[in-house]
Amino acid sequence: MTRAMRGEELGPHIQAAFPQGVERWEGGSLWIRPEAVLDVARFLKETPPLAFDLLNSITAVDYVEHFEIVYHLTSTVHNHKAVLKARVYGRELPSLPSVTSVWQGADFQEREVWDLMGVAFTGHANLKRIMLWEGFPGHPLRKDYLEPPR
Amino acid sequence: MPLRTEPVTVNIGPQHPSTHGVFRMRVTFDGEVVLDVEPVFGYLHRGSEKLAEERTYTQVITLTDRLDYVASMTSNQAYVLACEQLGDIQTPERGRYLRVIAAELQRVASHLMATGFLLNDLGAFATPLMYCFREREKVLDLFEMLCGARITMTYLRVGGVFQDAPEEFWPALKRFVAEMPHYIDEYEQLLSENEILLARTRGVGVLGTGEALNCSVTGPVLRSTGFAWDLRKVDPYEVYDRLEFEVPVGEHGDNYDRYKVRILEMRQSVRILEQCLAQVPSGPVRAEVPQLYRPPPGEAYGRVESPKGELGFYLVSDGGIAPYRCKVRSPSFINLTVLRDLLVGWKLADMIVTFGSIDVNMGEVDR
Amino acid sequence: MRPFLLEENALFRGLYCWLGANEGNRGFCTPEGEALARDGLLPLGWEWLAYGAAGLALVLLLVNAFLVLVMLYTYMERRVMARFQARLGPNRVGRFGLLQPVADAIKLLTKEDVAPTGADRWVFNLAPIVMFVPVLLVLAVLPFGRGSFLADLNVGVLYVVAVTTVTTLAVFMAGFASGNRYAMFGAMRAVAQLISYEIPVVLSIVGVLLLARSLSLVEIVEAQRVPFVVVQPLAFFIFLAGSSAELNRTPFDLLEAESEIVAGYHIEYSGMKFGMLFLAEFAAVLTTSGVMATLFLKGWEGPLLPSHLWFLIKVFGLAFLFIWIRATLPRLRIDQVMGFAWKFLLPLSLVNVFVTAAEALAWDWETMTPQQVWAMGGINLLVGMVGVVLFSHLVRRPAPRRAARARAAATAEEGV
Repeated sequence: MTRAMRGEELGPHIQAAFPQGVERWEGGSLWIRPEAVLDVARFLKETPPLAFDLLNSITAVDYVEHFEIVYHLTSTVHNHKAVLKARVYGRELPSLPSVTSVWQGADFQEREVWDLMGVAFTGHANLKRIMLWEGFPGHPLRKDYLEPPR
Repeated sequence: MPLRTEPVTVNIGPQHPSTHGVFRMRVTFDGEVVLDVEPVFGYLHRGSEKLAEERTYTQVITLTDRLDYVASMTSNQAYVLACEQLGDIQTPERGRYLRVIAAELQRVASHLMATGFLLNDLGAFATPLMYCFREREKVLDLFEMLCGARITMTYLRVGGVFQDAPEEFWPALKRFVAEMPHYIDEYEQLLSENEILLARTRGVGVLGTGEALNCSVTGPVLRSTGFAWDLRKVDPYEVYDRLEFEVPVGEHGDNYDRYKVRILEMRQSVRILEQCLAQVPSGPVRAEVPQLYRPPPGEAYGRVESPKGELGFYLVSDGGIAPYRCKVRSPSFINLTVLRDLLVGWKLADMIVTFGSIDVNMGEVDR
Repeated sequence: MRPFLLEENALFRGLYCWLGANEGNRGFCTPEGEALARDGLLPLGWEWLAYGAAGLALVLLLVNAFLVLVMLYTYMERRVMARFQARLGPNRVGRFGLLQPVADAIKLLTKEDVAPTGADRWVFNLAPIVMFVPVLLVLAVLPFGRGSFLADLNVGVLYVVAVTTVTTLAVFMAGFASGNRYAMFGAMRAVAQLISYEIPVVLSIVGVLLLARSLSLVEIVEAQRVPFVVVQPLAFFIFLAGSSAELNRTPFDLLEAESEIVAGYHIEYSGMKFGMLFLAEFAAVLTTSGVMATLFLKGWEGPLLPSHLWFLIKVFGLAFLFIWIRATLPRLRIDQVMGFAWKFLLPLSLVNVFVTAAEALAWDWETMTPQQVWAMGGINLLVGMVGVVLFSHLVRRPAPRRAARARAAATAEEGV
């Protein structure tokens, strides 16, 4: 059985390494500061007792006043999993660092988040639209997206 | 100064016989050798995630059918597992066994299709494909008994399955379980030692475990690299912890291993079905869940080992009748991350075969 | 040189005499010493026209009969293939679906004939014809039965080899003129593959020629005390593999590899031009089977049944073999195909030539005792089996995995 590492367990680890990196943990979830995502990601992957080597998924949820980027991580070494969240504010061009340099598997998923949710990932080598065509107006998974009149 | 020719850029797809749907690769060739590949997605993008936000939890099940349309049972399963996590619903025993039976039958059907089309990509003139389809037909007949549909089943429900299996299902399943190993032997006789198949697939499209994990590759593609990572074993859901089966792995992570792992997995699936037949208890198949299911606010990530890899549904509920956010972690899509690394440097013919051996389904890639 | 047996053909003689009989050719039209019953329709001095018309009628008859056979063969291929694949195949049009080829032809004829804008019109339109003509030309020397052939060329085998090679040109024309990159891939593969396989095929025939001591197809058939397949098993195998490649059928169907380059050289063809290309391929299977039956299976000869029927049985038996191969095997890669031709078939065919030549020196085929014939067959079978096993071990090599990748990466970096 894959052990779920709750925020309360994982948070102190990260805080010890990056005092500024962690926003808060509450009810099992763990929020980190968006600007620290890349460092935390590298830390999580490269620290032997954590060893999160498999990035299951990256997704974004639009809570209207902010976007929440959700990372699902698994360690195939220790067979535990964790959920990492980061809040980005602003609707014009919200952005946070890309983790493609840590997990290459983030490549297409970050492009998808950018395409459908409009959250940019700085440092991504090829941040283009992936599902929709270039020049598509808006980002359709946002809650305030309206289909343009035909 | 060696003689050089201009590289050629060719669009493989979206209309191409062996892109398994409407996939497009912009490929630069030097003669027959692939210099660069750029996958282009989105030709089958239907906005399933957005649509899911407008439908009730039960209605979304029909959308999940249409993601991986050759393995809709497992799509259903991942989704209902996520829903059940949200509302903390316990599925009755018999319902869980029926789900496992459905999922394993689906795995057999999907792997049959993957194997058949892989051989078609290899240039076998549809003979192995038709053989595989002959058996897939039997699985679809079983599905028809379960729920009346053959492709888009919508058989699973939050809290169980749509209905109990009819009387005639059990003898039919018994017969299938008894016959299937012989059919698999038949494929292996035709294919596994075939000199041309070996020459074409051994050592082609080699993927290492480290590279695969780094690219978030899961499923048979990851297992073919020699790494036994199967969610049914490492994170058992439903009743898999009570069932005995092995996780077949490859050695080299080449195309042949990917083919072989699928064949071996079919054998294991038949083994699981056998045990399910012996173990399935009587009782209700579905927990009492209202039609208009309203889970409490929260989030859940339900995942299953689908025939293509780890299929996950990340659901966010705001307490309403529709999911606030429904994200699909589709294995087909994410497994393609590794595509470029696998193809560059190989020939056109290998490119098609390697792409086929990853076994993607465009409905799931583009969602 | 033997006479053209065209003139001995009863149908030809009848037509010719009906049109152009006169005093000058009385010996040809009437039994010795009898007076001419009546003059031909044409005036004196027009015998050449009678000759031409009678010859043309014969050719038309032959070609049409052949095309009907091809039609039957397409039906057979689809039905047999369907049985191999656990399907039914065409069974709706006519009895047992026998009229399916007719329906297909009508469908193709009524389709719009599209030529792409980027195509080289002349070459594009010419290619199906160039593809089809050589197949028919082979019929000129093929003996269909005892005494049934249009011409008995003393260089028959050479003629067959020369004429069938033109197909390569047609394929290249079609692929090149289409202005399509898939077609271009097909054309380039065609040139590489077809020319490579020509060599082992021709060399495998040499073994037969050494024994028969003639290039005439008729004499080759007559020289077969036992079918040459018994004493030339290796040559038969090489010819089978090589002609599979030349007919571009699996495992060598790289020219039109459906899963890779869609349809290869005929991707842009539609309507009857596509039909012609397709028909030419099916027809080529029949003519190749005919040549094989002539060279290796004793042609028309056989006990009890009429000679024409024997020939058809052998041809369709070989065609069945081709269908069987096609239904069973996956496709090879281009480098493997080329390697198979140059590293496997070519040395083997050379071995076969040397062994056969030594045997032809030691024994005289005409006067050999049956024991010697069987000894020869045994030796050649042994040589063939040892050669196949040995060379297949030599050819098999580890796939160039990382090397190919590194090379491609290096090429990419050089700023292509």
